[in-house]
Amino acid sequence: MAERERLAISRPKEGACGNTGTWRVFRPVVDKEKCNSCGMCAMYCPDGVIDENYEIDLVFCKGCGICATECPKKAIEMVREGNTTSQ
Amino acid sequence: MSGTSATEYICKCTSACAGCSSSLILRHVLKAAGPDTVLVVPACCTSVLQGVWPNTAFNIPIYNVAFAAAAAVASGMAAAFESLGKNTNVIAYAGDGGTVDIGIQAISGALERETNFLYICYDNEAYGNTGMQRSGSTPMGARTTTTPGGKTHKKKDLDRIIAAHHLPYMATACSAYPQDLVKKVQKALSIKGPKFMHILAPCPPGWRYDSSQTIEIGKMAVKTGLWAMYEREYDNLTINGPTKAAMIKPTPLEDYFKMQGRFSGLKEEQIRTIRGEMERNLRMLKAEAEGC
Repeated sequence: MAERERLAISRPKEGACGNTGTWRVFRPVVDKEKCNSCGMCAMYCPDGVIDENYEIDLVFCKGCGICATECPKKAIEMVREGNTTSQ
Repeated sequence: MSGTSATEYICKCTSACAGCSSSLILRHVLKAAGPDTVLVVPACCTSVLQGVWPNTAFNIPIYNVAFAAAAAVASGMAAAFESLGKNTNVIAYAGDGGTVDIGIQAISGALERETNFLYICYDNEAYGNTGMQRSGSTPMGARTTTTPGGKTHKKKDLDRIIAAHHLPYMATACSAYPQDLVKKVQKALSIKGPKFMHILAPCPPGWRYDSSQTIEIGKMAVKTGLWAMYEREYDNLTINGPTKAAMIKPTPLEDYFKMQGRFSGLKEEQIRTIRGEMERNLRMLKAEAEGC
C-alpha cells in the first residue's frame, strides 16, 4: 500500500500558535534591585516564559499579570504597552 | 521549583487564554511525569490550544480522541505498553465536561478493569472551550451562557463517585498549589493500577475575573473550604494542610463569590445551600479521616 503523504500528525515547534506576545496589553517589568530570586513568578507562570535568570520572554508573554500579583517582593510592575516612560 | 526538572515539555507557547490555570497544571504535571509519558486528551480546552497542523506546542506524544473516549483509549494504550514490557506513563488529561458528564462511563469502566493509568480531571466548572456552557460540575448559582440566571442545581460530587470504585490512589488538588500538585502526580505515577486526580482550574474569561487573580482565586477556593484537598489510598483518607486549616478557621464564602462575575446574581438562600453542602462535605471527610 502506498504510504500516505498527509498524516494527521503534528510536530513540536516553538511558536506553533504564533507570537502570543502580541496579545499583551500590559507588559511585566522586573525591578532587579527588589528581586530576591525566590522563583515564585517562574513557578506560577502558566506558559513558562520566565527563565532561570528571571528574564521574561516578551515574544511569547501574554501579559496575564500573575507574576506581578504573586511576587512577594512586588518587584514586577505591569506597564501598559506603548508606554515608554518605564524601561 | 525544587523537586522537579527544569525541562519544559510544552514549547512556547500554547494558544491558551492569558492567565489560564489549566496550562499551569499541565506544565507541572508533565514536569512531574517526565519524558516517558503519553497524554490522551478528549475534546476540551487542551485539544484546541495545541496549535494548528502541522505544528504543535506539545513536546511529548499526545493523542487527541473523541469526547467520551479518553479513559477507553488510555485503557488500550496501557494494555499495549504492558504487553511490550514498557513502563511508559499513560495520562488521560480531560476537562470536567469530558469527565463528569460525557466521559463518566468510560472512566468508570477503566477503573473497574484496573487499568494502569492516571486520569486527571481539570475542573473549570463549565464547558470552557465552547463558550462556557453549564456542565454537571458547575456550582449552584454560577452564571454560564446556558444558565444566564445562575445554575439552580448543585455540583455533582464526582470524587465520591470515583471513590466508590475503591481505587489504589485518588487525590484532589488545586492549581494555586503547584508543589502539592507535583508531589501528588509523582506519588500517583509510582503506584501501579488506576489513579485519579481532580484539580480545580480557575478560568479567567469563564469565571469573569481579571487574569492576574488566577492563583488568588484558587487559594480562596481552598481557604473557604469550598474546594477540599485530600488524598485517598485505597480507602485511607488523608486531608491536606490547607483544608485542615480551612476546617478550623475558614475564610467567609462571600469573599470568594465577590471576586467572580459569574456569581454576581447569587441569592441569599443559594449561599445558604452552598454553605450547607460544603459543611456537610467537610464533616463527612473529617469523619472518614478519623475513622468513625
